[in-house]
Amino acid sequence: MDVMAKNNQFFIEREQNKYEVVIGLEVHAQVTSDSKLFSSSPTKFGAEPNTQVSLVDAAFPGMLPVINEFCIKQAIKTGIGLKAKINKKSIFDRKNYFYADLPQGYQISQYKYPIIGEGKVILDMADGQKEIGIERLHLEQDAGKSIHDIDPTNTFVDLNRSGVALMEIVSKPDLRSPEEVNIYIKKLRSIMRYLGTCDGNMQEGSLRADVNVSVRRQGDDNFGTRCEIKNVNSIKFMQMAIIYEANRQVDLIEEGKNIDQETRLFDTKKNETRSMRSKEDAHDYRYFPDPDLLPLEISDEFISKIKDEIPELPDEKKKRFIDKFNLSSYEANILVSDFDTSKYFEEVIKNSDVKLATNWITGELFAVLNEKNLEISKSPVSSNNLSKLINLIKDGTISGKIAKTIFEEMIDGDKDPQTIVDQKGLKQESDPKALEELINKVIKNNTSKVEEYKSGKDKLFGFFVGQVMKESKGKGNPQLINKILKEKLNG
Amino acid sequence: MSDITKLSLNELIKNIRNKKLSSTEITNSFIERSEKSKKLNTYVTDNFSNALAAAKIFDEKPNMDLKLPGIPIAVKDLFCTNGVRTTAGSNILNNFIPPYESTVTQSMWDEGAILLGKLNCDEFAMGSSNETSFFGNVQNPIGENLVPGGSSGGSSAALAANLTPVTIGTDTGGSIRQPASFTGTVGLKPTYGSCSRYGIVAFASSLDQAGPMSQNVKDAALLLEVISKFDNKDSTSIDFKRNKYSSELTNNIKGLKIGIPNEYRVEGMPKEIEDLWKTGIEIIKDCGAEIVDISLPNTKYALPTYYIVAPAEASSNLARYDGVKYGFRSEGENLIDMYEKTRSEGFGEEVKRRILIGTYVLSSGYYDAYYLKAQKVRQLIKKDFDNVYNNVDAILTPSTPSSAFKIGEKTDDPVSMYLNDIFTVPVNLAGLPGISIPTGIDNKGFPLGLQIIGKPFDEQTILNIAYSMEEKINFKNDITDWWM
Repeated sequence: MDVMAKNNQFFIEREQNKYEVVIGLEVHAQVTSDSKLFSSSPTKFGAEPNTQVSLVDAAFPGMLPVINEFCIKQAIKTGIGLKAKINKKSIFDRKNYFYADLPQGYQISQYKYPIIGEGKVILDMADGQKEIGIERLHLEQDAGKSIHDIDPTNTFVDLNRSGVALMEIVSKPDLRSPEEVNIYIKKLRSIMRYLGTCDGNMQEGSLRADVNVSVRRQGDDNFGTRCEIKNVNSIKFMQMAIIYEANRQVDLIEEGKNIDQETRLFDTKKNETRSMRSKEDAHDYRYFPDPDLLPLEISDEFISKIKDEIPELPDEKKKRFIDKFNLSSYEANILVSDFDTSKYFEEVIKNSDVKLATNWITGELFAVLNEKNLEISKSPVSSNNLSKLINLIKDGTISGKIAKTIFEEMIDGDKDPQTIVDQKGLKQESDPKALEELINKVIKNNTSKVEEYKSGKDKLFGFFVGQVMKESKGKGNPQLINKILKEKLNG
Repeated sequence: MSDITKLSLNELIKNIRNKKLSSTEITNSFIERSEKSKKLNTYVTDNFSNALAAAKIFDEKPNMDLKLPGIPIAVKDLFCTNGVRTTAGSNILNNFIPPYESTVTQSMWDEGAILLGKLNCDEFAMGSSNETSFFGNVQNPIGENLVPGGSSGGSSAALAANLTPVTIGTDTGGSIRQPASFTGTVGLKPTYGSCSRYGIVAFASSLDQAGPMSQNVKDAALLLEVISKFDNKDSTSIDFKRNKYSSELTNNIKGLKIGIPNEYRVEGMPKEIEDLWKTGIEIIKDCGAEIVDISLPNTKYALPTYYIVAPAEASSNLARYDGVKYGFRSEGENLIDMYEKTRSEGFGEEVKRRILIGTYVLSSGYYDAYYLKAQKVRQLIKKDFDNVYNNVDAILTPSTPSSAFKIGEKTDDPVSMYLNDIFTVPVNLAGLPGISIPTGIDNKGFPLGLQIIGKPFDEQTILNIAYSMEEKINFKNDITDWWM
């Protein structure tokens, strides 16, 4: 594949031409809520089919939607997180189409007047920040699920998802590479997790996206014809779909052919997109305001109350971490990108050194979490015990090296590091007399090496430190060993 | 008691409270008469044995504090009734038994009323003659082969024939007031948002309202008092302070200003209707109210506006009847085939006509020209009323442009059928309350009604006007029991 990514720039190259890829995303994020958008049914994931369904969700005759205020709050919170305009008046429309898992025969959505208007998301790229515009966010109902593979001749329908609240977050066509899409989705997810408005769980379908892709020659001002790739449910697949689709479009242009505006599907097994329906076959959804619901009007008081509930968001937290704790932008990014990580970090540093905490969390702890495929909220080492470990290093009770050994033990059942130190006698040897004895022994056993050192082979100093450490069974205080050793050898 | 079924609702209640009649006696009388009146085809589903059992239970431990103590009532088959088949007059809901109760009917049972049965209506309330029902047309007790009006035709016929002491209908474009007018009974459509739409099979959501139908105004006031309630299960329900319609009812309307809209003098209106209207004006004056000429300039657009808005909403509301979840299903080769067969066989011609119109006016490319424009005109129509209500307290018009017509007379001419609603439709578009009261008869001896239109939420005033007029009109329905 002729892909070039340099300095974070992404182009598709052909013999004569270089093409830029233009991407816009419509992210469907499931609102974190105990009940559905227009009914009081529960929204538990993984429940038995058709057990989370009310008469409203199943569209029985005469049943009426009643807006769930909590979902409205969640949408507004998300809007605030996206630094977006909150529309004080918005309208729910009916999007009409027939499908077996759409009981009403229409989806209640927002069309011309969404609840949230323009906003932005800041991406922290390797070479700096980039702003991605948000076009709008609107609320809509999810449909049920059609299951075609249980029975050879029948389709089964599960309405558990029917009526679940979704936020559709539409970006401007500001994304230019698969990597930006990756960072954008992660940032969006991070913001929503901070806010508690969407759990961002892609495996459970809480976050999926329609991906709009077009290409244009480098330097062109006009957008090319776009294709929409429907319902992609992982970042990896989004990236694969974009690369495939962009190359397909470039090939068409290179062959002098037209790109048809159409809706396409991404086949994850074949790693290709294929046409689902052309513009001519596009559904006529016959949108019109839902007469069962009045226009949604939101007061200033309602919005300001919600504003009071907004926690510190990743961008602000990052700034604070840099300003207050002297972290690098890179370190701060890592620590704030996930709310639970930042929470863990702040718990650890409540009683211990920031620098050590940063290193231990991004180093040892992340390695363990990665290896065990765990979220930090399920960390085998609690923030309290990591904090204790760091303090043991800081006050010289143990060396950094011993700390790593202790950490290995702590993983198994979140053990208290102090207990391990006591039980195994791992306390650092910081008694100068005891150390001096060990040093004398090492010097005595290595007279020829001492001669070499004294005649100018400075590099041998490390050898002596190592020997002393060995004699101390790793418990010797390295700073003290250095100090005494220097005095002895140089004296 | 000579003939229990001839008693008004208020008289029945009085007799029950005085223990002169039991709920069982009353219920039995209405059942007996209903059994002898099958020719009218008013019932789609009867609930007679359950009703008798409920009456018995009531009599064992009667609670006389209730507003409708032990009173059997049959209702339009558009109200979902828990455990009792609800068809909306359609084949597509032929076998549908709701596991829930509409708010309006629940309010009646909560006040001691007993469900007598489900009354015939035009399919999905689309019609003005009850001829679109899958369950066949209804006979008007006024005369053989006369339509009872529609869409609440089973309700108006059952009421006029004394098969139920009162009933409730629904009114989207005149479906309570027009059949009331055709059968010499009283019918009231409340302000949009007064009665909950929860559990009523939807036709056009922004227009549908349930309302009482009765032999007299006092009964209508009492029944309205029972069913008009704020309901948080309906987002369009309005939480306003309701009057105690029955106890606040008065025949003193002195000093009220009643508007006579010039634009309701439509071309080709029979002289009898014109005369009836004049009679009404004289009666109003007699009652001490003042007559004011008013203008509602956008009236002529009401009918075309209605026939865009109502079908548009209906086309979407009826999408749920797809054979997948409940109701009628015709097996097909695949999903699309099943949809097509189910909906082709499940819906009747008028319903299909309106779904097609509604789908068309909402289509991209036509939306602005039809639906959006109709919504704008609807605002203008509403504004017309707002304007005149600065000067008048209510408006008096004819209820219908004619009396009841023959069965089959207009079935091939939908436009002439739609014209039936010309006086009632503007009221729905503006969301106002309106009541039709029997005022006279035409040269064929068929009843004619006048309509009083009120300000939003001011049902009390139109009830009072109707009440005082009723006293002076002293209308008596001439029912001969010809069908027995």
